[in-house]
Amino acid sequence: MSSRLPSSPTCFPSSVLGTGLIEQGCLAHSASHTTLDPSEVKRFQSLASKWWDEQGEFGALHAMNDLRVPFIRDNLLNVHRGHQPGKPLAGLKILDVGCGGGLLTEPLGRLGADVLGIDPVADSIGTARLHLSHDSVLGARVRYRACTLEELSAEGEEGEEEEGVGQFDAVVASEVVEHLADLETFAFCCSHVLKPGGSLFITTINKTNLSYALGIVAAEQLLRIVPRGTHDWEKFISPVELERLLESNGFSVQSIRGMLYNPVSGKWSWTDSTAINYALHAVKLIEEPQPDRAQADNPDPEYRAHAASTHN
Amino acid sequence: MHKLTKATLALNGAGRCYIAVKHCPAAKTISRGLVCTEHVSDPGKSEVYDVIISGGGMVGSAMACSLGMEPNLKGKKILLLEAGNKKVMDKVSDTYSTRVSSISPGSATLLSGVGAWDHITGMRCKPYQKMQVWDACSDALITFDKENLQDEMAYIVENDIIVAALTKQLDSLSDNVQVKYRSKVVKYTWPMSYQAADSIPWVQVTLDSGETLQAKLLIGADGPNSMVRREAGIPTVKWNYDQSAVVAVLHLSELSDTESSLVWSTSHGHAEELLQLDEESFVDAINSAFWSNDNQSEFIERAGSLFRGALSVLMPSAGSTRQLPPSVAGIGPKSRVMFPLGMGHASEYIRHRVALIGDAAHRVHPLAGQGANLGFGDVACLTQVLSQAAFNGKDLGAMQHLLEYETERQRHNLPMMAAIDLMKRLYSTNAAPVVLLRTLGLQATNMLPPLKEQIIAFASK
Repeated sequence: MSSRLPSSPTCFPSSVLGTGLIEQGCLAHSASHTTLDPSEVKRFQSLASKWWDEQGEFGALHAMNDLRVPFIRDNLLNVHRGHQPGKPLAGLKILDVGCGGGLLTEPLGRLGADVLGIDPVADSIGTARLHLSHDSVLGARVRYRACTLEELSAEGEEGEEEEGVGQFDAVVASEVVEHLADLETFAFCCSHVLKPGGSLFITTINKTNLSYALGIVAAEQLLRIVPRGTHDWEKFISPVELERLLESNGFSVQSIRGMLYNPVSGKWSWTDSTAINYALHAVKLIEEPQPDRAQADNPDPEYRAHAASTHN
Repeated sequence: MHKLTKATLALNGAGRCYIAVKHCPAAKTISRGLVCTEHVSDPGKSEVYDVIISGGGMVGSAMACSLGMEPNLKGKKILLLEAGNKKVMDKVSDTYSTRVSSISPGSATLLSGVGAWDHITGMRCKPYQKMQVWDACSDALITFDKENLQDEMAYIVENDIIVAALTKQLDSLSDNVQVKYRSKVVKYTWPMSYQAADSIPWVQVTLDSGETLQAKLLIGADGPNSMVRREAGIPTVKWNYDQSAVVAVLHLSELSDTESSLVWSTSHGHAEELLQLDEESFVDAINSAFWSNDNQSEFIERAGSLFRGALSVLMPSAGSTRQLPPSVAGIGPKSRVMFPLGMGHASEYIRHRVALIGDAAHRVHPLAGQGANLGFGDVACLTQVLSQAAFNGKDLGAMQHLLEYETERQRHNLPMMAAIDLMKRLYSTNAAPVVLLRTLGLQATNMLPPLKEQIIAFASK
């Protein structure tokens, strides 16, 4: 196993559409409170009213579930056939990076998967746990931890059985990558926690003039679809660059699709253009070649990915 | 048809509920959450169901079967609550029961999809190929039949048989669907539309036994005086027709299957009189209603036959053979019942975690035999919407997909209800101009097969 451990915290997936609690400089401790402090509960409550209000600040994220849940579900079903009716993702373990209040984590849990949602912002995790607390059936399959991806990936090194190395069938990083400073580490950690042949799902924003005009100017300043200061255009990444980054980390990109938000109807739709938002599905190759050996052994990553999926 | 704004409603009853209105700049859905100030103690003890259906009549039972058989909903906990007793029919009784429904092909497809149709045809059901409507005030009539008389237009089925068939099917679905009989609901407690820490996010249903149940989605199938609709504070447009319906089972003098169902819509006073008559006089009353010419004026007769003549010049082949009205020989013993008629339409079919189906959402005049069919249509649509929502991992009680159900059904139901109401008003009068209008209209429609086909298609959904 590679020993590339980040020595200092260089990147965190901040909470999706940060509520002003983006902490760039410090580690968030994994918070597993056994007893909840009432003042903390109050704080989670007020955040819950933001996260879980479908017409509120995070309305666009709720609406995005109409695209990203089917995207994840269908691509996983392609690889793992033979599903149970009513629980299409049963038996799969999924990691939701930057889960925030659990908007995407819960639907994946409802589809039968065992989901772990992580986010460095403890308040978001508290909110997510609170929302989940009333649903005991879902609660058996969905868990939350306040930690970063690096911490989780590092744990695996120390031999913890439960979480960490090669444990997940899929990693989902939705609306996260555009908040990160160090994507290399991110990609490495994703690969580390994924089973070979496992899937990586990313939704993020392209770095184009159009995405500046619509994603920042229109969305943040004019229409207030997202709170101001949520996004930094410099951190956006184009699909081509992201693909290159992932492939150099042992992934094979399977599909990229453009997404478009209609502020009038409040709905998302798939589109041919990836100029603004896009979704990406990549698969971890079965063997983890060192970057310099990847080209030599077999120049066709598709072959390996296909071999990986037929083994499952 | 879809109202986009809601002002706060008048406070209900003990002032417990009010509506929160939210407007969004993006003109999205308006949240219709209800807030209840009461908190239920000991929430941990109540059982949580994914769906609770309140009301085990034809439509409620069909909904339960439909959800129970839906593959995407496998593993969900579904409960049907019925205040009455379980209706089991080991042997079909010889006497034909009074309350019947005309089941359209669309409804038959639904019932067949849930596996109840086979039970129904095994018990008793009568397909019919032709429908004829006579006007009492003139010679005008209209005939509906399909080109090929072998195709069924619809089926007449006793309501008891439909419920018994659905109950039988529910027995076989006991893994997915639980049914509680003799369970009367005394109270509903509504959730807030988004999470607040110490209140339960589910709908709470309190039974007369004191038991409390919780539901992520409550479906109200509890009839025209729906408690769900009332407690949810959903405004209803309704009016009473000054009419009651007298229903009875008739023995006709002609054919070999001699039993037939009667629905006689008339004024309240006349309906009461009819109930008081002895059987022979009642039979006479029916026959004279079919055969008498008292209501016809000469003017209308002449205008009618002139028009008919003109039409037959234009379209000599149109217009099928006239069938004379039936003669009644007798009535089934103790089969006469009367009930008041009215129209009702809930302005909304849904709330956060609540959906109305069947007569709870819409109540119509029986003249077109559409009431049950509209309800079955609701069942088919809501099942499909919930199935898709479950496949997308959604919370079943979320407004987004419930709104799709409401929009689609209102689009279908409202024109049908308007048409039925119009028919009722058109045919409730003896006034000459109206009679002339409807006489000529009926005859013209009778001569236009494409128009009639459209009407049949609309009513068959």
